[in-house]
Amino acid sequence: MRLVILDEYDLASEWAAKYIRNRIIQFQPCAERYFTLGLPTGSTPYGCYQKLIEYYRSGDISFKYVKTFNMDEYVGLPRAHPESYHSYMWNNFFKHIDIDPANAHILDGNVEDLEAECQAYEQKIAEAGGIELFVGGIGPDGHIAFNEPGSSLVSRTRVKTLAKDTIVANARFFGNDLSKVPTMALTVGVGTVMDAKEVMILITGAHKAFALYKAIEEGVNHMWTVSAFQQHPRTIFVCDEDATLELRVKTVKYFKGNSNNICCHCFLLWTSRNCSQ
Amino acid sequence: MPSNKSVSDAPITQFINCRILRDHQLQREDLWVRDGRILDPEKLFFDEQGYADKRVDCEGSIIAPGFIDVQINGGYGIDFSQASEDVVAGISFVAKKILEHGVTSFCPTLVTSPPAVYHKVLPQVKVHNGGAHGAGVLGFHLEGPFISLEKKGAHPEQFLRTFRSGGIEDVMEAYGSLDNVAMVTLAPELASSQSVVRELSKRGITVSLGHSVANLAQAEEAVKHGASFITHLFNAMLPFHHRDPGIVGLLTSDQVPAGRTVYYGMIADGIHTNPAALRIAHRAHPSGLVLVTDAITAMGLPPGRHTLGQQVIEIQGLNAYVAGTTTLCGSIATLDMCIRHFKQASDLVLLDDGLNVSATYISGDEVWRRGP
Repeated sequence: MRLVILDEYDLASEWAAKYIRNRIIQFQPCAERYFTLGLPTGSTPYGCYQKLIEYYRSGDISFKYVKTFNMDEYVGLPRAHPESYHSYMWNNFFKHIDIDPANAHILDGNVEDLEAECQAYEQKIAEAGGIELFVGGIGPDGHIAFNEPGSSLVSRTRVKTLAKDTIVANARFFGNDLSKVPTMALTVGVGTVMDAKEVMILITGAHKAFALYKAIEEGVNHMWTVSAFQQHPRTIFVCDEDATLELRVKTVKYFKGNSNNICCHCFLLWTSRNCSQ
Repeated sequence: MPSNKSVSDAPITQFINCRILRDHQLQREDLWVRDGRILDPEKLFFDEQGYADKRVDCEGSIIAPGFIDVQINGGYGIDFSQASEDVVAGISFVAKKILEHGVTSFCPTLVTSPPAVYHKVLPQVKVHNGGAHGAGVLGFHLEGPFISLEKKGAHPEQFLRTFRSGGIEDVMEAYGSLDNVAMVTLAPELASSQSVVRELSKRGITVSLGHSVANLAQAEEAVKHGASFITHLFNAMLPFHHRDPGIVGLLTSDQVPAGRTVYYGMIADGIHTNPAALRIAHRAHPSGLVLVTDAITAMGLPPGRHTLGQQVIEIQGLNAYVAGTTTLCGSIATLDMCIRHFKQASDLVLLDDGLNVSATYISGDEVWRRGP
């Protein structure tokens, strides 16, 4: 894996956004070949979305030939509800960019047949040629998307009941009223994300530090589902200093040292001007 | 980029780089319009997978809902209360001119007049939508003749009436027809007014209290029967008194039936009411405030003498008096002037901008734009 450590949240968001931008540009997407991007929601990726919107506005990038697949959505929450993931994606990303609405895919938690919806979603991903880059976050309990502790590490898109930790963590978006937080969600599986060509996990904040430690310094364990990515050939963890607080000094030093060495290596097609940004 | 043909073929316009007035705040949001209706862009994106056919760059302007003037007696030399042969032409002329003030709909107002005038004028004008031709007509506002003698203001005394036949019969006799009437101003202390208020409300006509010496109890009674508006608060009514607030007391009355609001018109031209009075009313009942112009024939005209209904008036600067007196008889401020004055007088927090109208849109189409 790569572990990229930035000083604080804004810099981590910027690094991640630049990485996504550069990957899309290098891919040179066109009508015959779309760039498929997996996307998360929540407070962690917010800064990254802001930066991507900035790059779109300055003309650095277009989402015209990008297909997106969001990780999850609540079950039973009206789509127009301000806390639905549809609303999040519309307000924080889609409405500011030039993506074709037909290419923005989000699971629908209000259909009659949830199982069929999940299967259809897997189908859509397959038809799109698989995910080129899946961006995700991590929960305080180490989950990726809504793959709560105990989820199979080879799971596919399905309905999940949310863990208590997750409900408590999300209560702040529902007026701190636990009873208002949805209890079920549709989510891509760990296996679904593992199928992506590349995975980038954003982790910021001290409250995520323990989960990051469990995910990368302990073994692969279904209680900390992000740990599954130890077995993915191309994973990047992007974090701020606070998120590394539970890691060994040796781990942090190694990856910080690493970053300095390979900084210019990874973006072969970019000039040094871009590297130093 | 086309809209989804399965829902509608109509083109979608997206107003960008603007601030919209929404939820009582100015928000930096785009405004989407199709077929004269405002769209929910999120619904458009997810349900229809549609997007804009045309983008209009507002260059940072504020987009506000088109202004509605429910009390305007004429303007630019046109007097709605004059029984002319071609009332439609006069109303259309004013309708077109007020687009420049951001007014997109209005209620042509008739002051107290003899039955002959109502019988002649009312049938000529129908309720209709606005467009490039001018602001839409919501229906007439009939201010009088069932008003108080003591508070007649500029209305001609000889044509005032009471409900001597018991109620609605007097109304029908005076006006002839109630089709195309949106609002009626009357004095609720007049005997038999309750049945009239009930009957008019039942027909969907807004009953407004004004030009009256009613006490609070009488005003509350009228509200219970269906009255929902007050004509130019403070003007042509008893002043607020701490033991009997009169009509003004409706702003904080606890007798207003649940679920109903009493709205009140205010002429914020800096002349009809002191800014402190404006603020008191606004703070007491902010959600009921409706700015009106009560504009008269002379609005838009230079100083001098002009006719209003059956009387002669005189313009001096921004003041309009009954000729030879100091009785105010309406205002010559335009609605956008009133809004600017109100903003300055009140403690509303609005983002900068002089609130000068730069362009007016009806149903998403530009119908007026300020020249360079």
